Amino acid sequence: MNDDVVLSARQITVKFDDHLILNHISFDVVRGSTLAIIGPNGAGKTVLFKVLLGLIPYEGTVSWAPDVRIGYVPQKLSVGRDLPLTVFEFLKFKEEDPEKIKELLQSVGFKKEQTSHIHNDLRVLQTRIGSLSGGELQRVLIAYALLGDPQVLLFDEPTSGIDIAGEETMYSLIHNIQREKNLTILFISHELEIVYKHAGNVLCLNKERICFGTPKKVINQESLFKLYGEDTHVYKHHEH
Amino acid sequence: MSTSIMNTNFVLLLLVGAFVGAASGRLGSFMVLKRMSLVGDALSHVALPGIAVAITFGFHPMVGALLALLSAVLGIWYLGEHSEVYPEALVGVVFTASLAVGILLTPEPELFEALFGNIEKMVPVDALVVLAAASAIFMATRAISKKLLLSIVSDELATSGGVDMPKLNLIYLLLVGFVVALGVKFLGTLLTGALVIVPAAAAKNLAKNMQSYWRLSSLFGVISASAGILIAKFFTIPSGPAVVLVAVGLFLASYIFKERKKPSPGRP
Repeated sequence: MNDDVVLSARQITVKFDDHLILNHISFDVVRGSTLAIIGPNGAGKTVLFKVLLGLIPYEGTVSWAPDVRIGYVPQKLSVGRDLPLTVFEFLKFKEEDPEKIKELLQSVGFKKEQTSHIHNDLRVLQTRIGSLSGGELQRVLIAYALLGDPQVLLFDEPTSGIDIAGEETMYSLIHNIQREKNLTILFISHELEIVYKHAGNVLCLNKERICFGTPKKVINQESLFKLYGEDTHVYKHHEH
Repeated sequence: MSTSIMNTNFVLLLLVGAFVGAASGRLGSFMVLKRMSLVGDALSHVALPGIAVAITFGFHPMVGALLALLSAVLGIWYLGEHSEVYPEALVGVVFTASLAVGILLTPEPELFEALFGNIEKMVPVDALVVLAAASAIFMATRAISKKLLLSIVSDELATSGGVDMPKLNLIYLLLVGFVVALGVKFLGTLLTGALVIVPAAAAKNLAKNMQSYWRLSSLFGVISASAGILIAKFFTIPSGPAVVLVAVGLFLASYIFKERKKPSPGRP
């Protein structure tokens, strides 16, 4: 494996019973780059992440650079509002030092000084995980992933359940973190606009690898048709 | 209270209750979070045929209960790991069946005691074994608490963080099996599950965070068991129902407290 390559996936195939979920997927990810994975619902995007994390059985090979530390930000957690686990207790799974936890929470957008809502500043530490909104939880999950001091971050749809304004903030946040820590980022997205703006490479997935390369080159009428079916058109980036 | 009640032996029995209550409460806190409350309850029924077989062949009832529980735990674990949907109906069928078989097999004179418990029958050697075992269970539960909690929050985060989930689940279920086996003597096979579930459920009503949840679960377990045993002694009633009713009383009180403190609708 080339020194610049942090992840090399070869001929990944996943079947659930006799149902083919992923069919011979191969790609490389270069250190410090950003790869977007796009595709329709049921295309196998989350399954591919689970393969990369070693959570489910698969055929093929996944080679990570030796000793690489991987952070994973899941789409959501399976917790109810009634779980008495606070944000602080959750983050303490990975880090004992409260100062380091506070520092990291500030880097994902929680304010040090008190704001009008306790969920927006460090007082969020004492609130329950289950009472956070989608965006708040996502930022806490990012902080959790960053606590392991990872070199690679895997994001499963960083903006699901977040409004458009929050979405842009989330990506700027991810972008800043990436620049600061020279991270390699893999993210799953539904939004082509986000992909154009933030990804160096894109992997189009619909059980098979439909395209792979820079977004400008590989996202076109043909690949979109293969991904989403008839009624799609090339979607050029435009400002809101 | 007369001195005849508070003799050394009785103090030892109270200690047994307190230790088993603490261990049950701590373990039960996860049972409640994992939405496995009814499994814990049903599991205790499995002890009955084990006790029956032990009495029939003349070995210690607690050993029989333990063996029956261990095989049930292995069964639950295997089904949990190897099937997509948790086989709830199957658990219900197997456990009620074992209760029915147990009732038929257990000799009549011992049946009432096996079903509802009687801590008076516990000899000091048994009591010391139970004390040691309950302490070990409590410590073991503490040791795996962090991993268990993370697995409840997200099994993906747990697995990608290096937690061996099947192994963790097996250890957890084994601990539940052990604690139920300890409780069977003074709570009986019908009611032991309650000491795992009810104190933890009461604690959840009041807990602000996990630390207080764990502390309250153990504390309510201790209070239920010791107060129940005292009441049973005082009114000469079986210890099992007394313990369970104290626990249920705590639950009701905690529930009323929670409802009265409920914030207005919207986010807290």
